Amino acid sequence: MDERSSDPPTRRLVLFTAAGLGLAPFAPPAAATPAAMDEAIRMLVGKATVKRGRVKLELPPIVENGNTVPLTVTVDSPMSETDHVTDIHVFNEKNPQPYVAAFDLGPRAGKAVVSTRIRLADSQQVVAIARLSDGSFWSDSADVIVTLAACAEG
Amino acid sequence: MARVLINLPARAKRGEIIEIKTLIAHPMETGYRLGPTGAAIPRDIINRFLCTYNGEEVFRAELFPAIAANPFITFFTVATESGEIVFSWTDDHGETQTEVRQITVE
Repeated sequence: MDERSSDPPTRRLVLFTAAGLGLAPFAPPAAATPAAMDEAIRMLVGKATVKRGRVKLELPPIVENGNTVPLTVTVDSPMSETDHVTDIHVFNEKNPQPYVAAFDLGPRAGKAVVSTRIRLADSQQVVAIARLSDGSFWSDSADVIVTLAACAEG
Repeated sequence: MARVLINLPARAKRGEIIEIKTLIAHPMETGYRLGPTGAAIPRDIINRFLCTYNGEEVFRAELFPAIAANPFITFFTVATESGEIVFSWTDDHGETQTEVRQITVE
C-alpha cells in the first residue's frame, strides 16, 4: 500500500457515509446539501431557536472567482463583560463540508467584527450564526452567485 | 516558516479598539482536489489560529477547507496595556508557527 491509500480510510469512510446520507462526495459536481448545513447548525445550537437579526453577513452578491471570496460578519453587541458575543460560526450549503469557520471572541474584542476570505464551490447561500453571552443565537444569511467555482480546476 | 503579514498599530490609546489584520502564506489544500494521477491530494490546512494579548486569549478561530488559500483574518481587540500580542497558526500536522508583535499603550 502506498502512503496515499493507507492514509485516508477515515476520509473514505466519511465520504461513503455522506453518500449514504444523500450527500454526494465532493468529486467534480460539488455537493453538500442544504440539509447537511441545517444538521451542522442543529449540532451547534441544539434545541435553541435561532433568531434573525443583530448579525450582518457581508458577501459580494456576485463573485467571479469562488477561490477567494471576502466575507465579513458584524454583530450588533456592546461587547461588555455582561453582554457580548462569545462565538461566531459560518456555514454554507454546497461546499463539500457545511462548516466554513468558527471564531471565538469575548469582551476583550471591543467590537464583534470578523473578516476572512472563503471558498465557494457553487452559487449558494451562506449563513452566519452568533452566540451571545446570554446563550441566545442570532443569524443572517447571504445569497452568492459564483461564476467560476472553487476547486473547478480539479 | 511560512511568510506572515500582520498589521496592527504600534501605539494606541488606552481603551482604544484596534483592528488587527493577519495573513499567512499557506496553500490550504482541501483534500478534495485530485492530483495528476487521479488520486486525491491529501488535506493540508491551517485549522487553528490563536491570538493572545499579554498571555490572555483575545481571539481564536477554527478553520475548515472552505477558507481560501493564504488565510486572511481580521478582528478587533481593546488596547488595554503595553505588551506583547502573540499570534499562532497550527496546521494539520500539528505544527505551530508563532509570531510576536509589541504594542505601546499610552
